Amino acid sequence: MRRTTVLRALAAAVALTTTLAACGSGDTPASGGPTTLRFALFSSNPKQLALLNGIAADYHAGHPQVSVKFDSIPQDSYTATLTTQIAGGQAPDLAWILGGAAPDFVSSGALAPLTDTLSRNADYQYGDLLPNATKVWSGGGTLYAYPFSTSPFGVFVNTDLLAKAGQQTPAELIAAGRWDWTALASMAAATAAGTGKAGLVVRDFDYKNWYQLATVWDGWGAQAWGGDGKSCGFDKPAMASAMSFLHKAVFADKAMPGPGTTADFFAGDSAMTITQISRASLLADKFKWDLVPLPSGPAGAYGVFGQAGVGVFSSSRNVGQATDFLAFMTGPANSLKLAEFFPPPRRSQLTADTLAKANPLLSPAQLQNVVVNGITNGVPQDSHTNFAEIDQTVRAALDPLWQADADVTKVLSGVCAKIQPLLNR
Amino acid sequence: MSAHPPPRDEVPGVAGRPRRRWWTARRVDSLAGYLFIAPQVLGSIVFVLVPLGMVFYYSLHEWNVLAGTFHFVGLDNYRQLAEDPNTPSVLRATAFFSAGLVVLDLALALLLAVLLNQKIRGIAFFRLLFFSPVVVSVVAWSIVWGFLLQDNGGVNGILHAIGIDGPNWLRQGGTSIVSIILVQVFKNVGLNMVLFLAAMQGVPPQLHEAAQLDGAGAWTRFWRITMPMISPTILLASIITIAGSLQMFAQVSVLTQGGPGNATNVLVYYLYQQAFQFHHFGYGATLAVLLFGIVLALTLVQWRMRRKWVMYEV
Repeated sequence: MRRTTVLRALAAAVALTTTLAACGSGDTPASGGPTTLRFALFSSNPKQLALLNGIAADYHAGHPQVSVKFDSIPQDSYTATLTTQIAGGQAPDLAWILGGAAPDFVSSGALAPLTDTLSRNADYQYGDLLPNATKVWSGGGTLYAYPFSTSPFGVFVNTDLLAKAGQQTPAELIAAGRWDWTALASMAAATAAGTGKAGLVVRDFDYKNWYQLATVWDGWGAQAWGGDGKSCGFDKPAMASAMSFLHKAVFADKAMPGPGTTADFFAGDSAMTITQISRASLLADKFKWDLVPLPSGPAGAYGVFGQAGVGVFSSSRNVGQATDFLAFMTGPANSLKLAEFFPPPRRSQLTADTLAKANPLLSPAQLQNVVVNGITNGVPQDSHTNFAEIDQTVRAALDPLWQADADVTKVLSGVCAKIQPLLNR
Repeated sequence: MSAHPPPRDEVPGVAGRPRRRWWTARRVDSLAGYLFIAPQVLGSIVFVLVPLGMVFYYSLHEWNVLAGTFHFVGLDNYRQLAEDPNTPSVLRATAFFSAGLVVLDLALALLLAVLLNQKIRGIAFFRLLFFSPVVVSVVAWSIVWGFLLQDNGGVNGILHAIGIDGPNWLRQGGTSIVSIILVQVFKNVGLNMVLFLAAMQGVPPQLHEAAQLDGAGAWTRFWRITMPMISPTILLASIITIAGSLQMFAQVSVLTQGGPGNATNVLVYYLYQQAFQFHHFGYGATLAVLLFGIVLALTLVQWRMRRKWVMYEV
């Protein structure tokens, strides 16, 4: 009798477990009911999330059936996490896409086309979008992601450290027409020698993220690969000159801290840093600072900007609603709100006056010279289909360059030998 | 002759044999046993065997996650594995890392266990000290060591203070993999130390007393009594350590991302790169099959060789 009771209890437990497991694999609620759009992004900044949630709340007021849930994913593993979610059939409805991954997402068909929806509404002012900002997010004349953040690179300067080392300020050199890479490297080396702090730091490069060096080699007219994406640019004379200059600045002149050495500009550890203007929020009252454009190189003046886009996944069950929300979020009115954190890709809004309202830390002159001119005249950072594999291959092949006795030309030829098969695909 | 069959108890050979119940006590016990292990078996099937089978299945396909395409390619991924120029360097780094880690970890754990197997006041503090890294998050541990091993980090600061110009630990091919091995040994040695310590304390003291009376010295007693008595634990620790060393990921991801060059690009990190960074899920699954084969082969070899050096089995 007791044995029968035990058996019944066990059978009931197994049946319950099986039932619960079956319930757990349930699907989305029936269509026609309320919809919650999942929006993946790589920011967890409370102020940015508050702004986005505010825009979503405004949308919900006009579309009571649609809510938006923002899902923050750490930036370091962002694309890998997103890919894993797609592989598991759990892709979000909308997502931020990192600029380097743009060609993969655009060319694969993973993103839904946006042009028809965005251009249909005259209030959206689709023609106001800057062509050089939408270029990498388009394919075959169709826009697949909106470049919500277009952030140019500039040089932040610790003027206190320069004064301590008896150096002129970049502003003085700009006024004298002498703001170029030779002057910058000379100032950085003298400041490092005179203060014991670092001279120049290319932020986020860390001798791994080589694509950040486009902010340097573009001054020599060098490119990682040609415009067609098929020809390697690392073994070209312009790249060799740029990299030789960098190598000398690091190992001979000590103008830049070497591999494995950290120096945070915003903590006061270096005289200058090249980074995006969105990092201005890290500035504290520790020292006097300035923001100036990238110096000119042998190839003249230039600008570089980094980007992130926002797109709708074509695998989403709510493509129409997600695209409609994206149009609402990136329309002229909300684009102005987003400008507090993300420089807009709209010609009419890319003015020093507009940006000054959202960026009180930066002066109108800084905004005009670095942000407006940087986006209008600049080029986006390098991107390519299969960028992640190319990125890792270049990183591994460039590692020998970061030794004091490196043969620059030989290393750069080695980079091309490694990545040419990937570029040919 | 009668048209009816005879009564059952009149049939020759059947008479007197009662009808047997199918639901016997033995069968009820068996069923109860199976039901008790059912959750574990179901868990193993759903979370181990099915994913394992799926990995083999995926390894025969090309899966472009972004494009949503999934094609059968037969053994193409295995051919790519044979022709991949990175395969030799990845296997070399994996073998070097695994061998270095296993030898250092087991030797140091054994040494610590011997030193801490003493009845001295305050010995528990030292046991706690060496065991505590085991419970620390591996990512946090790696990040801290990342700072310490920088060119201008704490380790080189100490070396500089005593007049030694330390290397750039994580940026040079030779020192980077050794650094990762040491970081992992310091992290994990406490676990094997505790296993060895428990095994040593299970050795009957009479054996040592008898050997001592017979004139055996400390080394002889350790080699002839302690080692044979703890050999099953050494086998267990070596299997766990080898399998773990082949699957180490977080330290490489945090400290070097496989660099400099491919010096620390071990198999499991390369698998991650191919599948989750480069979106080659089919080829990533092929690398997972290779990793599974290596772990299985090494475990079987150890299991077969146990007869030669494990003195008894529990």
